[in-house]
Amino acid sequence: MIEVKDLTKQFGDRTALAGVSFTVGPGTIFGYLGPNGAGKTTTIRILTGLTRLDKGTVLLNGYDIGKDPLKCKAQFGLVPQHTNLDAELTVEENLLIHGLLHHMPKPDIARRTEELLDYIEMNDRRKVLVKTLSGGMKRRLLIGRALLHAPGILFLDEPTVGLDPAIRRRIWGLVRKIQSSGTTIFLTTHYIEEAEFLADRVAFLDTGRIVAEDSPAALMAGIGEWAVDFLDDNRLQTAYFRSRDEAREYVVSRMDGLTVRRVNLEDAFISLTGRKIL
Amino acid sequence: MTKGWTAVYLREMIILKRRLAKLIPAWSVSPLLYLIAFGYAVGRHVNVGGHSYLEFLLPGLAAMASMTQAFAIAGEINIARFYWHIFDEFQAAPISNLAYVLGEVLAGMTRALLGGGVILILGALFGVVLSYNALFLTAFLLNSFVFASLAVGLAMHVKSHADQTLLNNFIITPMAFLGGTFFPLSQLPVWGQRVLEVLPLTHATKAIRASALVEPVYAGDYLILAGAGCVCFIFAIISVNQARS
Repeated sequence: MIEVKDLTKQFGDRTALAGVSFTVGPGTIFGYLGPNGAGKTTTIRILTGLTRLDKGTVLLNGYDIGKDPLKCKAQFGLVPQHTNLDAELTVEENLLIHGLLHHMPKPDIARRTEELLDYIEMNDRRKVLVKTLSGGMKRRLLIGRALLHAPGILFLDEPTVGLDPAIRRRIWGLVRKIQSSGTTIFLTTHYIEEAEFLADRVAFLDTGRIVAEDSPAALMAGIGEWAVDFLDDNRLQTAYFRSRDEAREYVVSRMDGLTVRRVNLEDAFISLTGRKIL
Repeated sequence: MTKGWTAVYLREMIILKRRLAKLIPAWSVSPLLYLIAFGYAVGRHVNVGGHSYLEFLLPGLAAMASMTQAFAIAGEINIARFYWHIFDEFQAAPISNLAYVLGEVLAGMTRALLGGGVILILGALFGVVLSYNALFLTAFLLNSFVFASLAVGLAMHVKSHADQTLLNNFIITPMAFLGGTFFPLSQLPVWGQRVLEVLPLTHATKAIRASALVEPVYAGDYLILAGAGCVCFIFAIISVNQARS
């Protein structure tokens, strides 16, 4: 369980987070959605003890990151946005070092390594130096490494950024599989479809503030079910409608160059903030 | 409080082992040149305090190696920080800053021992085998402790790999040449000797040389090195703590 209250962080005169609060229940996938620079990575860095908070409280499974950082750090696994695998070590050695950093006995590390290499389908790569792996394999290994010590919470910071659609889908499958084992997952992303597909609840973050938090379906339902994209004065505009018939009537009343589609999370974000995520 | 240091140390050792075949020849080049140019060619007929110049030079080179190799851990840390972002993996793990510093400092000291070993083997090839006793080893380890700790601390303050080169240019190179490696400090004016006594390497060179040549050692040199090591170790812990933000 993750409990965040009034999280505030200032970098010089720039406010990165301005009183962010949310709770992530056990076994939930919580999507933290916002454009670049909104404060997603700052949040995850504070939640994982990599950056100090200025104000507020962060409790991970009841432990306070400010007061009891080492116990807090034992609660989670982290998949960072930028690969931080040890390129000069093999796949197996990366897992060994991670296990030792989490005070695991060597037999347990060996057992979990076997399990996880099967889980992430990299058993045949165990002796290979990490620097020779593809981007997708590195991502899978990062996830495997974060799960080695069987944490109750998993932080995924833009887990599929820069990956091709097929590998992205594979990672999504893996994330779903992890959730089914009861792990609480905190996911930052700016891919709309990723949050829609994976998250049970979504918070929209804009300029350091949470502007909405609900299930993806509820957030989208708030603005309608159907969207019509049209060009107005050479600018792409979108109109939202409760039913497909209303959307169709609108399309008929206009000339051409219209697209009718279902509402997505990005529409919900734009209607709340007036800004695009991507 | 120190739980987890083995992970930090083991990581450095795996990398060191993987590179050792390249590192040992690299570590041999400069000392070999010093031994040939200063020890064999220039100093062939020079006598320093009753010893040949090669016998005088070799402990100095060992002291210098314990400094440079221990300090080189800073470069490894910064490669891990700036290129591989591995520092975040350590910071997100449930280990204390003390455990991290301890692992890195011991890795630096191990590098120093290997680098020192290369010097002693080269010396033996030149026919110089001195007394490598417990006092020699103690002074060697204390000196590497000082510079490995200083390296970990300073590595947390540099902002790029280029800054690291500057540190080497401004700290390590002057100390290597002025810390008594190549000439007896007694040849300098008294004020110069006093200034150079501020450098930890000066005390390390004195202690390592005296023990290797079986001459009386000065306990103060060991105490100064131990004190400087503790100060640098605390500096390293504080610096790692600050680096988090």
